[in-house]
Amino acid sequence: MTQTRNLIDENGKRTDGRTINEMRPVKIIVGNIKNADGSAYIEFGKNKIVAAVYGPREVHPKHLALPDRCVLRCRYHMSPFSTDTRKNPAPSRREVEISKVMREALEPALMLEDYPRAAIDVFVEVLQSDGGSRCAGITAASVALADAGINMRDIVAACAAGKVDDKIVLDINDTEDKEGGADMPVAYMPRLDQITLMQLDGKLAPEQFNECLDKAVEGCKMVYEIQRQALMQKYFGNETEVKEEQ
Amino acid sequence: MACGELVMQEIRRRYVLPGDKIAEGNYRPLMNVIRTGNAVIATRIGIAETGRDGVKVIPLSGIYIPRVNDLVIGKIVDHTSLSWEVDINSCFSAHLPAQDVFGRDFSPARDDMSKHLAIGDMITARIVAFDRTRDPMLTVQDRDLGKIPRGELLKISATRVPRLIGKRGSMIQTIEQATQTRVLIGQNGVVVVTGRNPEGIKQAVKAIRMVEEEAHTANLTQRIKVLLNVPETPQEAQANSAVTTPKPQDQPVQDTMEEVEEELEAESEK
Repeated sequence: MTQTRNLIDENGKRTDGRTINEMRPVKIIVGNIKNADGSAYIEFGKNKIVAAVYGPREVHPKHLALPDRCVLRCRYHMSPFSTDTRKNPAPSRREVEISKVMREALEPALMLEDYPRAAIDVFVEVLQSDGGSRCAGITAASVALADAGINMRDIVAACAAGKVDDKIVLDINDTEDKEGGADMPVAYMPRLDQITLMQLDGKLAPEQFNECLDKAVEGCKMVYEIQRQALMQKYFGNETEVKEEQ
Repeated sequence: MACGELVMQEIRRRYVLPGDKIAEGNYRPLMNVIRTGNAVIATRIGIAETGRDGVKVIPLSGIYIPRVNDLVIGKIVDHTSLSWEVDINSCFSAHLPAQDVFGRDFSPARDDMSKHLAIGDMITARIVAFDRTRDPMLTVQDRDLGKIPRGELLKISATRVPRLIGKRGSMIQTIEQATQTRVLIGQNGVVVVTGRNPEGIKQAVKAIRMVEEEAHTANLTQRIKVLLNVPETPQEAQANSAVTTPKPQDQPVQDTMEEVEEELEAESEK
């Protein structure tokens, strides 16, 4: 796409006033949906996303059940009011794809073999979108899975990086996604040091690619700290040490 | 006593999230932990305990996963000609074979299964078999197992059950004595409260809900006592008198409950 305007100004500031290594403010609330076994709400800049996890529960229809492990089902959905112009609530090609990559990004972190013949359902509902909603969705879903008490090897954190005005920047927003040079969403398990999702939309030179991936992983580590804080806050309040009952 | 204190000191506790490294070295992974290389990693949110016999995480969230010998409270949801299907508040539905109730000479043509247990009935049962390859199988062939005739039913998270029982049953005894009720607890998080006084049942339910919500906080027994207006000092004397006083009606049910409590206490001690 040809660029019509500068997305980074002479002071090195981006369209929303951030520097190239700055992430949008992230806020996570755990356990906001009482009916779900686990849930999380995330605000990732202007993105507002709810994730709910149900299960492990019985699989319906029964023939979908696997004898040796659990079925993970993900649904990413954008509300009709989440975008500027009304979005048709029927699942689009993009939503079906994101549901799939989200499932594949979460699967490596889960110990699905612990729950044979069962299913875990993950619902991610985008209430307001601002670019990078799949990363925010994965981040929230991962927190919701931990909240649901499902055995996990690690928590998955996700963040994007990309190319804007030929510079590699952290955490692409909607404008930069549409008008910028490249967008690379990455999901990452910090403890295992493994990448579970990496997509790239755009063109990058090999050295730019490496820089972009490193930057996205750094972003994931920042997101991971926020996920940890949110979970700790919900389960242990402000305590950090176990107090023995008298 | 001194020995007990020594053991207590050796257990190290800390809060963990999935993926946190609990310990490094030659520890035995016990519960909700995995070994990767030399490290022991938590797989659930909870309290990690590192002791002499190994490392485990006591989870703070999650659904009930059946284990053999667990005492559960379930609801009959369906029956085939040979067994009842029981909802035990888990992702696996349990089976109670008709032979377990009717004996070896059970005949689907002769015996009417719904005479014994109808759809919708609640039962106390023990899990006799469960593994990765098949659904849990139940038995009611033990003293005080079987149909629950009456009571107020509530569900709590299965992870809160040990907390509701308390150390050596302290929490549940406090609630029962203060509200003049009997509380039957299944390991699957299903709780049945019975008693003569509706107000007492209401209070007990309120206290159980409070335990569920504040399970991870310290000094909870004290706060429950405040909620139920239990005087602090003469509790021991009261406890003794309440245990020996026979309660009217519900005699078989009481026995069931005491049995269950003993079982669960033993379980939590383990």
